[in-house]
Amino acid sequence: MKKLNYGIIIVLGIISFIPLLWVFITSFSPGNQVINGGFPFWVSNPTLENYVNAWKTAPFLQYYFNTFVIVSGVLIVQLVTVTLAAYAFARVNFKGKNVLFILFLLQLMIQPEILLFPNYQVISQLGLVNTKLAVMMPYWASAFGVFLMRQTFKQVPYDLDEAARMDGCKWYQTLWHVYIPSAKPTYIAFALVSVSHHWSNFMWPLIITDSVESRPLTVGLALFAQSYETGAQWGMVAAGTVMVIMPLVLAFFLFQKQFVSSFMHSGIK
Amino acid sequence: MTTKQRKLSTGARNNLFAYGLLFPSFIFLSLFTFYPTLKSIQLSFYSGPMTRLQFSGLEQYKGVLEDEIFRKVILNNIIFMIGTVPTSLFLAMYLAIWLNKKMAGSSLLRTSFFYPTIVPLIAVANIWLFIYTPQYGLLDNFLHMFGRDDTNWLGDPNTVMIAMIVMIIWKDAGFFMIFYLAGLQNLPRDVYEAAEMEGAKPFQMFRHITFPLLMPTTLFVMIVAITNSFKNVDHLYIMTKGGPDNASNLLLYHIYEAAFTNWDLGKAAVLTVILIVIMLGITAFNYLYLDRKIHY
Repeated sequence: MKKLNYGIIIVLGIISFIPLLWVFITSFSPGNQVINGGFPFWVSNPTLENYVNAWKTAPFLQYYFNTFVIVSGVLIVQLVTVTLAAYAFARVNFKGKNVLFILFLLQLMIQPEILLFPNYQVISQLGLVNTKLAVMMPYWASAFGVFLMRQTFKQVPYDLDEAARMDGCKWYQTLWHVYIPSAKPTYIAFALVSVSHHWSNFMWPLIITDSVESRPLTVGLALFAQSYETGAQWGMVAAGTVMVIMPLVLAFFLFQKQFVSSFMHSGIK
Repeated sequence: MTTKQRKLSTGARNNLFAYGLLFPSFIFLSLFTFYPTLKSIQLSFYSGPMTRLQFSGLEQYKGVLEDEIFRKVILNNIIFMIGTVPTSLFLAMYLAIWLNKKMAGSSLLRTSFFYPTIVPLIAVANIWLFIYTPQYGLLDNFLHMFGRDDTNWLGDPNTVMIAMIVMIIWKDAGFFMIFYLAGLQNLPRDVYEAAEMEGAKPFQMFRHITFPLLMPTTLFVMIVAITNSFKNVDHLYIMTKGGPDNASNLLLYHIYEAAFTNWDLGKAAVLTVILIVIMLGITAFNYLYLDRKIHY
């Protein structure tokens, strides 16, 4: 029984790994090999031509830059808004706290992803269509981050807070010296989840951007892949795909424990 | 009197202080959650081009609800949900239970199941498009070995949904597995020891201890999975555009089509409102019904 189950899991594990392995191998295969058949997990004469061609046909460097700006722009603003709001909900008593908390909660249900259409109109009313700013802005408030951080701030002993205040610390000094350092693991978890989420984001940037200067990698990749759907160009599309996923996958394999515990952390209510 | 005044003013000061802290978040929530939600509701009652909107009451709702394509899309989304949610939850729990034990290679296997989580859905679509390509694709190549003919997995209305469902299960099961692994680590060890002393069989232990104790995790993961089945549609853009003949179309992708390829704003607003109601419904179901049932 035990052996059977482990057998099943090993087979599933291999199946699960195949797509990554295959796209990787295909990206090094010469164009004709894909069509001519042959064993799909072996390249007899590996080549870099797919990468060279992909790099030449689409402005991947610019897309990398755009994605980098968008992902860090989202994260940096989120860290500020989330920290301030979480501190208020965790440690300040004020009128309307519950109502405001529920209003924040609403964003967990009505996430920006499903508001594609009306948010396009908001951005267009702001005159920001086709900018990197437009890609970032809907994510600058994060209810998820606020809840995560509120839980963490609540666990900071109140004595510590009081002691800091006794020493004459202003609220922002207390926040900076007491709360933020003790919430470091949560910040790392939130940052990893936010970065991988926004690196992957597609539908929103697809509709809101329309130029090389503002388009992120995912949208660039989709447009690139669509112009080469025939089998002869698989190698090139595979190379483009590998370029898009590589930074994330590499980071994941290097910091696997951190990733897993971050995603785990993010699910604790 | 003076102390009371002082108290009041500290209270007021606290209020102002908190509102100040919440203000930055609140601006963006208003701009990109509250306002667009209300705007969609308002727009759903108006028809015509943006510059000459005319009040049309429930006309557009009627139009959408009577639309064959809309019904198909909703049905698709339900099938997609039923196809992905229970299977990936079951698989996730199964994997977690066996990979929770220390054995050689278990961390390698965990990696293999988890990595699809961090691969962007659009890249996943590119890869699986190759897998499902008739004749040259990996799947057909594999099936040729068993003497099967070519299958146009994504081009046939009968197979396209299954193809999508399998892909999404591959992408999400490992993500959900993580939550089950976390849940398993929090289970009380002494209960198992006691059960073992009583001579409980492994399956009995699973049935009467592990499964019920993991219920809160299952609930949480289920809500995430259901939400995902309405929220994640990136793959359609690359793989099928919702076709063939809307056989793989999902609600959010249908909104995208209505708003940005057909420029039917009223319809897009109605569809958005329907999607919002579904999302709120899922949450309400979770808090009002499931949460109450599962406390013990």
